[in-house]
Amino acid sequence: MVDFKNAEELLALCSQGGQKISAVMKQRECDLGEVTMEQACGRMQKALTIMRQAAETPLETPVKSVGGLIGGEAGKLELHRSMGESICGAVLGRGIAYAMAVLEVNASMGVIVAAPTAGSAGIVPGLLLALQEEYHFSEEQMVDALFHAGAIGYLAMRNATVAGAVGGCQAEVGVAAAMAAGAAVELMGGEPRQSLDAAATVLMNMLGLVCDPVGGLVEYPCQNRNAAGVANALIAAELALSGIRQLIPFDEMLDTMYQVGKRIPYELRETALGGCAASPSGCRFCH
Amino acid sequence: MSFISVFDVIGPNMVGPSSSHTAGACAIAHLAQKMLSGVLREVEFTLYGSFAKTYGGHGTDRALLGGIMGFDTDDVRIRDSFEIAGERGILYRFLTNEKDTDVHPNTVDIRMVNEEGTQMSVRGESLGGGKIRIVRINQVQVEFTGEYNAVIIIQKDRPGVAAHITRALSDRGVNIAFMRLFRESKGEKAYTIVESDDRLPEDITGQLLENPNIREVMLVQKQ
Repeated sequence: MVDFKNAEELLALCSQGGQKISAVMKQRECDLGEVTMEQACGRMQKALTIMRQAAETPLETPVKSVGGLIGGEAGKLELHRSMGESICGAVLGRGIAYAMAVLEVNASMGVIVAAPTAGSAGIVPGLLLALQEEYHFSEEQMVDALFHAGAIGYLAMRNATVAGAVGGCQAEVGVAAAMAAGAAVELMGGEPRQSLDAAATVLMNMLGLVCDPVGGLVEYPCQNRNAAGVANALIAAELALSGIRQLIPFDEMLDTMYQVGKRIPYELRETALGGCAASPSGCRFCH
Repeated sequence: MSFISVFDVIGPNMVGPSSSHTAGACAIAHLAQKMLSGVLREVEFTLYGSFAKTYGGHGTDRALLGGIMGFDTDDVRIRDSFEIAGERGILYRFLTNEKDTDVHPNTVDIRMVNEEGTQMSVRGESLGGGKIRIVRINQVQVEFTGEYNAVIIIQKDRPGVAAHITRALSDRGVNIAFMRLFRESKGEKAYTIVESDDRLPEDITGQLLENPNIREVMLVQKQ
Protein backbone atom coordinates (compact mmCIF):
# COMPACT_ATOMS: atom_id res chain seq x y z
CA MET A 1 0.00 0.00 0.00
CA VAL A 2 1.54 3.27 -1.11
CA ASP A 3 0.44 6.17 1.09
CA PHE A 4 1.93 9.26 2.65
CA LYS A 5 0.78 11.74 5.27
CA ASN A 6 3.09 14.65 4.51
CA ALA A 7 5.65 15.90 2.02
CA GLU A 8 8.54 14.38 3.94
CA GLU A 9 7.03 10.90 3.57
CA LEU A 10 6.26 11.60 -0.09
CA LEU A 11 9.88 12.55 -0.74
CA ALA A 12 11.06 9.42 1.06
CA LEU A 13 8.83 7.27 -1.17
CA CYS A 14 10.18 9.05 -4.26
CA SER A 15 13.80 8.54 -3.31
CA GLN A 16 13.31 4.89 -2.23
CA GLY A 17 11.89 3.89 -5.58
CA GLY A 18 13.60 6.50 -7.72
CA GLN A 19 10.09 7.61 -8.66
CA LYS A 20 8.42 10.83 -9.65
CA ILE A 21 5.77 12.39 -7.41
CA SER A 22 3.14 11.71 -10.09
CA ALA A 23 4.02 8.01 -10.12
CA VAL A 24 3.71 7.73 -6.33
CA MET A 25 0.35 9.52 -6.42
CA LYS A 26 -0.95 7.26 -9.20
CA GLN A 27 0.06 4.17 -7.24
CA ARG A 28 -1.57 5.56 -4.09
CA GLU A 29 -4.82 6.10 -5.98
CA CYS A 30 -4.76 2.53 -7.32
CA ASP A 31 -3.97 1.03 -3.90
CA LEU A 32 -6.35 3.03 -1.71
CA GLY A 33 -9.05 3.71 -4.29
CA GLU A 34 -8.99 0.07 -5.43
CA VAL A 35 -8.90 0.96 -9.13
CA THR A 36 -6.61 -0.11 -11.96
CA MET A 37 -3.96 2.24 -13.36
CA GLU A 38 -5.98 2.38 -16.57
CA GLN A 39 -9.14 3.47 -14.72
CA ALA A 40 -7.31 6.12 -12.71
CA CYS A 41 -5.58 7.57 -15.76
CA GLY A 42 -8.79 7.42 -17.81
CA ARG A 43 -10.65 9.39 -15.17
CA MET A 44 -7.85 11.97 -15.06
CA GLN A 45 -7.89 12.24 -18.86
CA LYS A 46 -11.61 13.08 -18.61
CA ALA A 47 -10.82 15.84 -16.10
CA LEU A 48 -8.15 17.16 -18.49
CA THR A 49 -10.68 17.25 -21.33
CA ILE A 50 -13.18 19.28 -19.26
CA MET A 51 -10.36 21.61 -18.16
CA ARG A 52 -9.25 22.20 -21.75
CA GLN A 53 -12.78 22.91 -22.89
CA ALA A 54 -13.34 25.43 -20.09
CA ALA A 55 -9.96 27.08 -20.79
CA GLU A 56 -10.43 27.42 -24.54
CA THR A 57 -14.14 28.09 -25.16
CA PRO A 58 -14.30 31.66 -23.76
CA LEU A 59 -11.29 32.77 -25.85
CA GLU A 60 -13.57 32.65 -28.90
CA THR A 61 -16.98 32.79 -27.25
CA PRO A 62 -17.13 35.09 -24.23
CA VAL A 63 -19.64 34.13 -21.55
CA LYS A 64 -21.32 36.51 -19.13
CA SER A 65 -21.36 35.52 -15.48
CA VAL A 66 -24.53 34.91 -13.48
CA GLY A 67 -23.64 37.77 -11.13
CA GLY A 68 -22.75 40.08 -14.01
CA LEU A 69 -19.34 41.21 -12.71
CA ILE A 70 -17.17 39.38 -15.25
CA GLY A 71 -17.29 38.08 -18.81
CA GLY A 72 -15.10 38.54 -21.88
CA GLU A 73 -11.74 39.02 -20.11
CA ALA A 74 -10.16 35.88 -21.59
CA GLY A 75 -11.10 36.96 -25.11
CA LYS A 76 -9.47 40.36 -24.58
CA LEU A 77 -6.26 38.75 -23.34
CA GLU A 78 -6.21 36.35 -26.27
CA LEU A 79 -6.71 39.15 -28.78
CA HIS A 80 -3.97 41.22 -27.14
CA ARG A 81 -1.60 38.28 -27.22
CA SER A 82 -2.41 37.20 -30.77
CA MET A 83 -1.60 40.72 -31.97
CA GLY A 84 1.89 40.25 -30.57
CA GLU A 85 1.37 42.81 -27.82
CA SER A 86 1.73 40.56 -24.77
CA ILE A 87 4.38 41.77 -22.36
CA CYS A 88 4.17 38.50 -20.40
CA GLY A 89 5.61 36.23 -23.08
CA ALA A 90 4.13 33.04 -24.50
CA VAL A 91 3.70 30.81 -21.42
CA LEU A 92 2.47 33.42 -18.96
CA GLY A 93 0.39 35.21 -21.60
CA ARG A 94 -1.46 32.04 -22.53
CA GLY A 95 -1.60 30.82 -18.96
CA ILE A 96 -3.41 33.86 -17.62
CA ALA A 97 -5.86 33.89 -20.55
CA TYR A 98 -6.74 30.24 -19.87
CA ALA A 99 -7.02 30.79 -16.14
CA MET A 100 -9.39 33.72 -16.54
CA ALA A 101 -11.37 31.76 -19.15
CA VAL A 102 -12.03 28.92 -16.69
CA LEU A 103 -13.35 31.40 -14.14
CA GLU A 104 -15.67 32.86 -16.79
CA VAL A 105 -17.13 29.41 -17.44
CA ASN A 106 -17.39 28.75 -13.72
CA ALA A 107 -19.18 32.02 -12.98
CA SER A 108 -21.72 31.31 -15.70
CA MET A 109 -22.63 27.98 -14.02
CA GLY A 110 -20.82 26.02 -16.71
CA VAL A 111 -18.96 22.75 -16.10
CA ILE A 112 -15.42 22.96 -14.72
CA VAL A 113 -13.08 20.77 -12.67
CA ALA A 114 -12.41 22.05 -9.15
CA ALA A 115 -8.63 22.16 -8.65
CA PRO A 116 -8.70 22.17 -5.67
CA THR A 117 -11.77 24.44 -5.57
CA ALA A 118 -13.96 26.06 -8.20
CA GLY A 119 -12.87 29.59 -7.31
CA SER A 120 -9.26 28.57 -7.99
CA ALA A 121 -10.02 26.22 -10.88
CA GLY A 122 -8.20 28.26 -13.54
CA ILE A 123 -4.65 28.04 -12.23
CA VAL A 124 -3.70 24.38 -12.69
CA PRO A 125 -5.14 24.08 -16.23
CA GLY A 126 -3.95 27.61 -17.08
CA LEU A 127 -0.29 27.00 -16.43
CA LEU A 128 -0.15 23.35 -17.49
CA LEU A 129 -1.99 23.84 -20.80
CA ALA A 130 0.20 26.85 -21.62
CA LEU A 131 3.31 24.74 -20.95
CA GLN A 132 1.95 21.94 -23.14
CA GLU A 133 1.49 24.31 -26.07
CA GLU A 134 4.96 25.75 -25.70
CA TYR A 135 6.82 22.48 -25.08
CA HIS A 136 4.51 19.97 -26.82
CA PHE A 137 4.01 17.61 -23.88
CA SER A 138 2.01 14.45 -24.61
CA GLU A 139 -1.42 13.82 -23.11
CA GLU A 140 0.16 11.13 -20.88
CA GLN A 141 2.60 13.68 -19.50
CA MET A 142 -0.29 16.07 -18.87
CA VAL A 143 -2.26 13.39 -17.02
CA ASP A 144 0.84 12.71 -14.91
CA ALA A 145 1.16 16.42 -14.20
CA LEU A 146 -2.41 16.46 -12.89
CA PHE A 147 -1.63 13.54 -10.56
CA HIS A 148 1.36 15.51 -9.33
CA ALA A 149 -0.81 18.59 -8.76
CA GLY A 150 -3.26 16.32 -6.96
CA ALA A 151 -0.54 15.09 -4.59
CA ILE A 152 0.16 18.63 -3.38
CA GLY A 153 -3.52 19.49 -3.14
CA TYR A 154 -4.17 16.29 -1.19
CA LEU A 155 -1.59 17.30 1.41
CA ALA A 156 -3.22 20.73 1.73
CA MET A 157 -6.64 19.14 2.12
CA ARG A 158 -5.37 16.59 4.64
CA ASN A 159 -3.09 18.75 6.77
CA ALA A 160 -4.55 22.24 6.34
CA THR A 161 -7.57 23.49 4.42
CA VAL A 162 -8.56 24.44 0.89
CA ALA A 163 -11.72 26.33 1.91
CA GLY A 164 -11.71 30.11 1.56
CA ALA A 165 -14.28 30.27 4.35
CA VAL A 166 -11.78 28.59 6.69
CA GLY A 167 -8.37 29.82 5.52
CA GLY A 168 -8.91 32.70 3.09
CA CYS A 169 -7.84 32.97 -0.55
CA GLN A 170 -4.32 31.75 0.30
CA ALA A 171 -5.94 28.34 0.94
CA GLU A 172 -7.67 28.32 -2.46
CA VAL A 173 -5.65 30.30 -4.99
CA GLY A 174 -2.48 29.78 -2.93
CA VAL A 175 -2.86 26.00 -2.84
CA ALA A 176 -3.92 25.85 -6.51
CA ALA A 177 -0.80 27.79 -7.49
CA ALA A 178 1.34 25.53 -5.29
CA MET A 179 -0.15 22.52 -7.11
CA ALA A 180 0.55 24.08 -10.51
CA ALA A 181 4.09 25.07 -9.55
CA GLY A 182 5.02 21.57 -8.38
CA ALA A 183 3.52 19.94 -11.47
CA ALA A 184 5.30 22.42 -13.75
CA VAL A 185 8.65 21.55 -12.15
CA GLU A 186 8.12 17.84 -12.81
CA LEU A 187 6.98 18.51 -16.40
CA MET A 188 10.15 20.52 -17.01
CA GLY A 189 12.31 17.70 -15.68
CA GLY A 190 12.89 18.86 -12.10
CA GLU A 191 13.41 16.57 -9.10
CA PRO A 192 10.68 15.85 -6.51
CA ARG A 193 12.43 18.03 -3.94
CA GLN A 194 12.43 20.94 -6.39
CA SER A 195 8.69 20.46 -6.97
CA LEU A 196 7.98 20.73 -3.27
CA ASP A 197 10.29 23.71 -2.91
CA ALA A 198 8.32 25.42 -5.67
CA ALA A 199 5.04 24.60 -3.93
CA ALA A 200 6.38 25.96 -0.64
CA THR A 201 7.52 29.15 -2.38
CA VAL A 202 4.03 29.82 -3.67
CA LEU A 203 2.48 29.39 -0.23
CA MET A 204 5.08 31.83 1.11
CA ASN A 205 4.47 34.40 -1.60
CA MET A 206 0.69 34.26 -1.29
CA LEU A 207 0.63 33.97 2.51
CA GLY A 208 -2.18 35.88 4.18
CA LEU A 209 -4.25 36.55 1.07
CA VAL A 210 -7.83 37.14 2.14
CA CYS A 211 -11.06 35.87 0.57
CA ASP A 212 -13.21 38.94 -0.14
CA PRO A 213 -15.47 38.30 -3.11
CA VAL A 214 -17.41 41.36 -4.24
CA GLY A 215 -21.10 40.76 -3.67
CA GLY A 216 -20.23 37.29 -2.36
CA LEU A 217 -19.79 36.12 -5.94
CA VAL A 218 -16.98 33.86 -7.18
CA GLU A 219 -16.13 36.42 -9.85
CA TYR A 220 -14.23 39.48 -8.72
CA PRO A 221 -11.41 39.64 -7.57
CA CYS A 222 -11.34 35.81 -7.91
CA GLN A 223 -10.77 35.87 -11.66
CA ASN A 224 -7.86 38.34 -11.38
CA ARG A 225 -6.36 36.24 -8.62
CA ASN A 226 -6.41 33.15 -10.81
CA ALA A 227 -4.20 35.04 -13.25
CA ALA A 228 -1.98 36.08 -10.32
CA GLY A 229 -1.86 32.45 -9.20
CA VAL A 230 -0.49 31.37 -12.59
CA ALA A 231 2.21 34.06 -12.37
CA ASN A 232 3.13 33.04 -8.82
CA ALA A 233 3.32 29.39 -9.83
CA LEU A 234 5.52 30.16 -12.82
CA ILE A 235 7.88 32.30 -10.74
CA ALA A 236 8.17 29.64 -8.02
CA ALA A 237 8.83 26.90 -10.59
CA GLU A 238 11.52 29.02 -12.20
CA LEU A 239 13.24 29.60 -8.85
CA ALA A 240 13.21 25.88 -8.07
CA LEU A 241 14.39 24.82 -11.54
CA SER A 242 17.28 27.27 -11.38
CA GLY A 243 18.51 25.45 -8.27
CA ILE A 244 17.41 27.92 -5.59
CA ARG A 245 16.65 25.98 -2.39
CA GLN A 246 14.06 27.06 0.14
CA LEU A 247 14.76 27.43 3.85
CA ILE A 248 11.25 26.43 4.90
CA PRO A 249 10.06 23.03 3.68
CA PHE A 250 6.57 22.48 2.22
CA ASP A 251 5.11 20.78 5.32
CA GLU A 252 6.08 23.74 7.49
CA MET A 253 4.83 26.27 4.93
CA LEU A 254 1.52 24.42 4.72
CA ASP A 255 1.11 24.51 8.50
CA THR A 256 2.10 28.20 8.50
CA MET A 257 -0.53 28.92 5.87
CA TYR A 258 -3.13 27.08 8.00
CA GLN A 259 -2.18 28.91 11.20
CA VAL A 260 -2.33 32.27 9.43
CA GLY A 261 -5.64 31.29 7.83
CA LYS A 262 -7.24 30.56 11.19
CA ARG A 263 -6.23 34.04 12.36
CA ILE A 264 -7.79 35.80 9.38
CA PRO A 265 -10.90 37.55 10.71
CA TYR A 266 -14.36 36.24 9.84
CA GLU A 267 -15.03 39.31 7.65
CA LEU A 268 -12.17 38.28 5.36
CA ARG A 269 -13.08 34.63 4.93
CA GLU A 270 -15.64 34.42 2.13
CA THR A 271 -18.34 36.36 3.95
CA ALA A 272 -18.24 39.39 1.60
CA LEU A 273 -17.99 41.69 4.64
CA GLY A 274 -14.45 43.01 4.20
CA GLY A 275 -11.57 43.62 1.80
CA CYS A 276 -12.49 44.33 -1.82
CA ALA A 277 -16.10 43.46 -1.04
CA ALA A 278 -16.30 46.33 1.46
CA SER A 279 -14.61 48.96 -0.73
CA PRO A 280 -17.00 51.71 -1.88
CA SER A 281 -17.04 50.44 -5.48
CA GLY A 282 -17.25 46.81 -4.40
CA CYS A 283 -20.01 47.54 -1.93
CA ARG A 284 -22.36 48.67 -4.66
CA PHE A 285 -23.00 44.92 -4.82
CA CYS A 286 -23.40 44.47 -1.03
CA HIS A 287 -26.52 42.70 0.12
CA MET B 1 -9.90 9.65 8.69
CA SER B 2 -11.39 8.56 5.40
CA PHE B 3 -9.34 8.27 2.21
CA ILE B 4 -8.82 11.50 0.26
CA SER B 5 -8.71 10.55 -3.41
CA VAL B 6 -6.78 12.50 -6.03
CA PHE B 7 -10.20 13.14 -7.56
CA ASP B 8 -11.30 14.95 -4.42
CA VAL B 9 -8.51 17.39 -5.27
CA ILE B 10 -8.68 17.39 -9.09
CA GLY B 11 -12.45 17.36 -8.89
CA PRO B 12 -15.30 17.25 -8.50
CA ASN B 13 -16.29 17.82 -12.10
CA MET B 14 -18.98 20.33 -11.37
CA VAL B 15 -21.29 23.13 -12.34
CA GLY B 16 -19.86 26.39 -10.95
CA PRO B 17 -19.31 28.72 -9.34
CA SER B 18 -18.15 27.36 -5.95
CA SER B 19 -16.89 23.94 -4.88
CA SER B 20 -17.96 24.52 -1.29
CA HIS B 21 -21.07 26.65 -1.90
CA THR B 22 -22.37 25.04 -5.10
CA ALA B 23 -20.96 21.50 -5.51
CA GLY B 24 -20.70 20.87 -1.74
CA ALA B 25 -24.24 22.14 -1.19
CA CYS B 26 -25.51 19.91 -4.01
CA ALA B 27 -23.68 16.91 -2.53
CA ILE B 28 -25.12 17.44 0.98
CA ALA B 29 -28.69 17.62 -0.35
CA HIS B 30 -28.05 14.68 -2.68
CA LEU B 31 -26.99 12.58 0.31
CA ALA B 32 -29.88 13.84 2.45
CA GLN B 33 -32.53 12.78 -0.08
CA LYS B 34 -31.13 9.26 -0.09
CA MET B 35 -32.03 9.00 3.59
CA LEU B 36 -35.66 9.95 3.10
CA SER B 37 -38.07 7.12 2.43
CA GLY B 38 -40.85 7.71 -0.06
CA VAL B 39 -41.28 10.70 -2.36
CA LEU B 40 -40.17 14.18 -1.32
CA ARG B 41 -43.02 16.67 -1.13
CA GLU B 42 -41.65 19.58 0.87
CA VAL B 43 -38.21 20.81 1.81
CA GLU B 44 -36.88 23.64 3.94
CA PHE B 45 -33.24 24.71 3.95
CA THR B 46 -31.78 26.76 6.80
CA LEU B 47 -28.41 28.29 5.97
CA TYR B 48 -25.73 29.32 8.47
CA GLY B 49 -22.49 31.30 8.39
CA SER B 50 -20.99 31.97 5.00
CA PHE B 51 -23.79 29.96 3.38
CA ALA B 52 -26.32 32.40 4.86
CA LYS B 53 -24.34 35.45 3.76
CA THR B 54 -23.54 34.49 0.17
CA TYR B 55 -25.90 31.78 -1.00
CA GLY B 56 -27.56 33.78 -3.79
CA GLY B 57 -24.39 34.65 -5.69
CA HIS B 58 -23.01 31.14 -5.38
CA GLY B 59 -26.14 29.41 -6.63
CA THR B 60 -26.19 27.54 -3.28
CA ASP B 61 -29.99 27.61 -3.34
CA ARG B 62 -30.22 26.15 -6.85
CA ALA B 63 -27.56 23.56 -5.98
CA LEU B 64 -29.33 22.47 -2.77
CA LEU B 65 -32.62 22.15 -4.60
CA GLY B 66 -30.94 20.26 -7.46
CA GLY B 67 -29.24 17.92 -5.01
CA ILE B 68 -32.47 17.21 -3.15
CA MET B 69 -33.98 16.18 -6.51
CA GLY B 70 -31.08 13.75 -6.99
CA PHE B 71 -28.91 15.78 -9.39
CA ASP B 72 -25.16 15.18 -9.33
CA THR B 73 -22.67 18.06 -9.00
CA ASP B 74 -21.92 18.18 -12.75
CA ASP B 75 -25.56 18.11 -13.86
CA VAL B 76 -26.28 21.29 -15.86
CA ARG B 77 -29.95 21.05 -14.81
CA ILE B 78 -28.82 22.66 -11.52
CA ARG B 79 -29.11 26.03 -13.30
CA ASP B 80 -32.84 25.42 -13.74
CA SER B 81 -33.63 23.68 -10.47
CA PHE B 82 -36.25 26.22 -9.32
CA GLU B 83 -38.27 25.62 -12.49
CA ILE B 84 -37.79 21.84 -12.31
CA ALA B 85 -38.86 21.70 -8.65
CA GLY B 86 -41.94 23.72 -9.59
CA GLU B 87 -42.80 21.26 -12.35
CA ARG B 88 -42.37 18.35 -9.94
CA GLY B 89 -44.63 20.00 -7.40
CA ILE B 90 -41.97 20.15 -4.69
CA LEU B 91 -42.55 22.92 -2.14
CA TYR B 92 -39.31 24.56 -1.11
CA ARG B 93 -38.10 27.45 0.96
CA PHE B 94 -34.83 28.93 2.14
CA LEU B 95 -34.22 30.46 5.57
CA THR B 96 -31.07 31.99 7.03
CA ASN B 97 -29.82 31.79 10.59
CA GLU B 98 -27.09 34.30 11.35
CA LYS B 99 -27.55 34.17 15.13
CA ASP B 100 -25.96 30.77 15.76
CA THR B 101 -22.28 31.20 15.00
CA ASP B 102 -20.82 28.16 16.78
CA VAL B 103 -21.34 26.03 13.68
CA HIS B 104 -19.01 25.27 10.76
CA PRO B 105 -19.04 28.33 8.42
CA ASN B 106 -20.75 26.35 5.64
CA THR B 107 -23.62 24.62 7.39
CA VAL B 108 -27.14 23.81 6.22
CA ASP B 109 -30.09 22.20 7.97
CA ILE B 110 -32.41 20.35 5.61
CA ARG B 111 -35.92 19.46 6.76
CA MET B 112 -37.66 17.09 4.38
CA VAL B 113 -41.26 15.92 4.37
CA ASN B 114 -42.38 12.98 2.24
CA GLU B 115 -45.82 12.30 0.72
CA GLU B 116 -46.97 10.44 3.86
CA GLY B 117 -46.07 13.47 5.97
CA THR B 118 -43.04 11.84 7.58
CA GLN B 119 -40.42 14.41 8.52
CA MET B 120 -36.69 14.05 8.58
CA SER B 121 -34.00 16.60 9.27
CA VAL B 122 -30.34 16.47 8.40
CA ARG B 123 -27.50 18.89 9.11
CA GLY B 124 -24.64 18.97 6.62
CA GLU B 125 -21.32 20.78 6.46
CA SER B 126 -19.43 21.68 3.29
CA LEU B 127 -15.76 21.33 4.13
CA GLY B 128 -14.20 22.85 1.01
CA GLY B 129 -13.26 21.48 -2.39
CA GLY B 130 -16.60 19.68 -2.60
CA LYS B 131 -15.98 17.53 0.47
CA ILE B 132 -18.96 17.26 2.82
CA ARG B 133 -20.21 15.50 5.92
CA ILE B 134 -23.53 14.96 7.64
CA VAL B 135 -23.21 15.88 11.32
CA ARG B 136 -26.77 15.56 12.60
CA ILE B 137 -29.76 13.39 11.79
CA ASN B 138 -33.05 14.25 13.52
CA GLN B 139 -31.30 16.13 16.36
CA VAL B 140 -28.76 13.37 17.02
CA GLN B 141 -25.09 14.19 16.42
CA VAL B 142 -23.59 11.79 13.91
CA GLU B 143 -20.72 11.75 11.48
CA PHE B 144 -21.27 10.45 8.01
CA THR B 145 -19.69 11.31 4.64
CA GLY B 146 -21.51 9.19 2.06
CA GLU B 147 -18.16 8.01 0.67
CA TYR B 148 -19.04 4.40 1.47
CA ASN B 149 -22.16 2.31 1.13
CA ALA B 150 -23.94 2.72 4.42
CA VAL B 151 -26.84 1.54 6.50
CA ILE B 152 -28.23 3.97 9.05
CA ILE B 153 -30.24 2.34 11.81
CA ILE B 154 -32.52 4.12 14.26
CA GLN B 155 -32.96 2.04 17.38
CA LYS B 156 -33.80 2.09 21.07
CA ASP B 157 -30.70 2.20 23.28
CA ARG B 158 -30.99 -1.39 24.57
CA PRO B 159 -28.55 -4.28 25.08
CA GLY B 160 -28.10 -6.68 22.18
CA VAL B 161 -29.03 -4.34 19.33
CA ALA B 162 -25.47 -3.90 18.09
CA ALA B 163 -24.95 -7.68 18.28
CA HIS B 164 -28.09 -8.21 16.21
CA ILE B 165 -26.82 -5.75 13.58
CA THR B 166 -23.37 -7.30 13.26
CA ARG B 167 -24.88 -10.80 13.12
CA ALA B 168 -27.29 -9.81 10.34
CA LEU B 169 -24.47 -8.22 8.37
CA SER B 170 -22.10 -11.14 8.85
CA ASP B 171 -24.86 -13.59 7.78
CA ARG B 172 -24.96 -11.73 4.48
CA GLY B 173 -21.19 -11.63 4.09
CA VAL B 174 -20.95 -7.85 4.47
CA ASN B 175 -17.48 -6.63 5.43
CA ILE B 176 -17.80 -3.69 7.83
CA ALA B 177 -15.40 -0.83 7.12
CA PHE B 178 -16.64 1.47 9.91
CA MET B 179 -19.35 1.14 12.54
CA ARG B 180 -20.38 3.89 14.93
CA LEU B 181 -23.08 4.31 17.57
CA PHE B 182 -24.67 7.59 18.59
CA ARG B 183 -27.45 8.18 21.12
CA GLU B 184 -29.69 10.98 22.30
CA SER B 185 -29.44 9.89 25.94
CA LYS B 186 -29.26 6.66 27.94
CA GLY B 187 -32.11 4.28 27.16
CA GLU B 188 -33.55 6.61 24.50
CA LYS B 189 -33.27 6.79 20.74
CA ALA B 190 -29.90 5.77 19.27
CA TYR B 191 -28.35 5.62 15.82
CA THR B 192 -25.96 3.11 14.33
CA ILE B 193 -24.10 3.91 11.13
CA VAL B 194 -22.37 1.01 9.42
CA GLU B 195 -20.22 1.69 6.36
CA SER B 196 -18.98 -0.89 3.88
CA ASP B 197 -16.82 -0.88 0.74
CA ASP B 198 -19.28 -3.13 -1.05
CA ARG B 199 -22.86 -2.46 -2.03
CA LEU B 200 -25.23 -3.62 0.73
CA PRO B 201 -27.95 -6.19 -0.06
CA GLU B 202 -31.25 -4.33 -0.47
CA ASP B 203 -33.19 -6.86 1.63
CA ILE B 204 -30.93 -6.48 4.66
CA THR B 205 -33.51 -3.95 5.87
CA GLY B 206 -36.10 -6.64 6.65
CA GLN B 207 -33.62 -8.78 8.50
CA LEU B 208 -32.46 -5.86 10.64
CA LEU B 209 -36.04 -4.87 11.47
CA GLU B 210 -36.65 -8.31 13.03
CA ASN B 211 -35.22 -6.94 16.26
CA PRO B 212 -38.09 -5.10 18.04
CA ASN B 213 -35.73 -2.36 19.27
CA ILE B 214 -34.85 -1.36 15.71
CA ARG B 215 -37.31 1.22 14.45
CA GLU B 216 -36.04 2.32 11.12
CA VAL B 217 -33.38 1.32 8.62
CA MET B 218 -32.04 3.54 5.83
CA LEU B 219 -29.82 2.19 3.11
CA VAL B 220 -27.58 4.85 1.58
CA GLN B 221 -25.74 3.25 -1.33
CA LYS B 222 -22.86 5.02 -2.98
CA GLN B 223 -24.24 4.71 -6.50
